Amino acid sequence: MLLSLFGAVESGIIYAIMALGVYLTFRVLDFPDLTVDGSFVTGAGVAAISIVNGVSPIVATLLAIVAGFIAGCITGLLHTKGKINALLSGILMMIALYSINLRIMDSPTVSLHSQPTIFSQLRDIWPAGIDSFFNGIFEAVGSRAPATWVIVIFMFVVVLAIKFLTDYFLKTEIGLALRATGDNQRMIRSFSANTDNLIVLGVGISNAMVALSGALIAQIGGFADVSMGIGMIVIGLASVIIGEALFGKKTIAIATIAVIGGAIVYRIVVTLALRVDFLETGDMKMITAFIVIVALVAPKLLQARKEKKRRIQKRQALGQVREGA
Amino acid sequence: MLQIKDVSITFNEGTPDEKKALQGINLELHEGDFVTVIGSNGAGKSTLMNVISGNLVPDVGGVIIADKDVTNLPEFKRSAYIGRVFQDPMAGTAPSMTIEENLAMAFSRIRKRKLKPGVTKSRKAEFREHLKTLNLGLDDRLNAKVGLLSGGERQALSLLMATFTNPNILLLDEHTAALDPSRAALITNLTKEVVAEHGLTTLMVTHNMQQALDLGNRLIMMDKGQIILDIRGERKQELTIEDLLKEFQRIRGEQFESDRAVLG
Ligand SMILES: Nc1ncnc2c1ncn2[C@@H]1O[C@H](COP(=O)(O)OP(=O)(O)OP(=O)(O)O)[C@@H](O)[C@H]1O
Ligand SMILES: [Mg+2]
Repeated sequence: MLLSLFGAVESGIIYAIMALGVYLTFRVLDFPDLTVDGSFVTGAGVAAISIVNGVSPIVATLLAIVAGFIAGCITGLLHTKGKINALLSGILMMIALYSINLRIMDSPTVSLHSQPTIFSQLRDIWPAGIDSFFNGIFEAVGSRAPATWVIVIFMFVVVLAIKFLTDYFLKTEIGLALRATGDNQRMIRSFSANTDNLIVLGVGISNAMVALSGALIAQIGGFADVSMGIGMIVIGLASVIIGEALFGKKTIAIATIAVIGGAIVYRIVVTLALRVDFLETGDMKMITAFIVIVALVAPKLLQARKEKKRRIQKRQALGQVREGA
Repeated sequence: MLQIKDVSITFNEGTPDEKKALQGINLELHEGDFVTVIGSNGAGKSTLMNVISGNLVPDVGGVIIADKDVTNLPEFKRSAYIGRVFQDPMAGTAPSMTIEENLAMAFSRIRKRKLKPGVTKSRKAEFREHLKTLNLGLDDRLNAKVGLLSGGERQALSLLMATFTNPNILLLDEHTAALDPSRAALITNLTKEVVAEHGLTTLMVTHNMQQALDLGNRLIMMDKGQIILDIRGERKQELTIEDLLKEFQRIRGEQFESDRAVLG
């Protein structure tokens, strides 16, 4: 039980990078970008094929980021220069990427079996003492212990670094203009901002994050598969929506940490759901849809109930005053 | 400072909806001119503003700002010269961002945007000083989201954002129209003050004739895409609303007569 939750946190934190990318397009830029399903695989594929061809895992991961950035920029260009509707630009890029990813990978699946990855290299330099310390805790509560803590600790550091970079970026002069592009394009254009370039940049950065997430997932799972991106956008959106519902979105800093939390919670909920007897792996997409619906509807229902209660109380108070008079 | 040369623009040319929105407009503003623009609905006032700001490209003719031909410069490049306040209080600010962030974006109008923080300590102090001049207490609310402000407060902020970086040209398109009378008067006063303080070259569209008479050193009246009246200097000081209405009827009446002569 504890072990499978550990696994959920471990992968949730990697998907959180993808979710941050989705947050950037859907929430900050107000650009519903569906490139994600394709660019996630692009990241995984580029990293895997590079590693197989002898490139060091770190460089391979960097290449994946660049590839994702380019894919995103193309979507942005389709929208701004080609004047194609945002949704359609993303869909076009997504299906084009399916073929492009096949070309990059040269086969539907690339295995990283017995290849070096960022994580295997980290494990080599990882002091064993840390693992045995944390595992002591697991064993104390009578659970089987995970193989290693290096991934989860390393990824926490990476994700938080990305979060703080994002927060900082969105407060720079360029970042402010990017946010205003999602908020009021006409206004920011009247203050000398090239909204076309900002959109291209924003969608590019978003897909660079998505590709990074894909590259890391491939290295953790030991393979890249051309269909591993299917439904990724929904998972990203689910993370954003769950995060906002649970942790709020008052400031940028809160919103980004909420998205990370949302990604982890999403994984935990899915893991728990799959332990229910009558649910199977194939039900995963349905579970996802259900989670998103709950995250969207529940806060509104709660709010409405609170309002109703408040009104009833007010009326009762008024009634008592009248009776007293 | 601003020259508009023979500008014409026709919408939906060759269709039944054809609309000659501007017909051979010529206008020259000198540095520090404050011109008020009046005219009935559909006269082409907003279209003229959009041609100056670069939102619309004229079919023929040119726009020159500060001795530079900007006719083919896209809007975002031209806005380095132009401060603008729109009629809609929602239009001039980013609602989900804070007051200080909005001001920071306005601050970057004449500077290249970089990867440096938009709101710094020294800028904050500067923004606060500027906000104090509005007398609306906004200087205590630098971190409030602009979406929470009232229409009047937003319009005051928009005016500040458009002017505090000293644009070559200030364009105001019915910027008090959406406000209640007392707020409108407040914004009108603020407008008078900032324009005088910075000596801004200003073009202001209004439907309020009294306002058009009270403000500025020159008044133009537009109708059917043309400038039909252009009054400046002392003559403007003496002008009354009655004069304006009479003048409008006289000019349009003549045209009506001549149209009839052509058709008859
Ligand atoms: N983008 C457009 N496409 C088609 N017609 C347009 C467009 N913009 C303006 N027009 C038409 O051009 C004419 C001039 O419009 P404009 O908005 O300049 O008028 P205005 O003087 O600002 O009027 P108002 O006082 O109502 O704001 C109107 O008849 C309008 O319908
Ligand atoms: Mg108008």
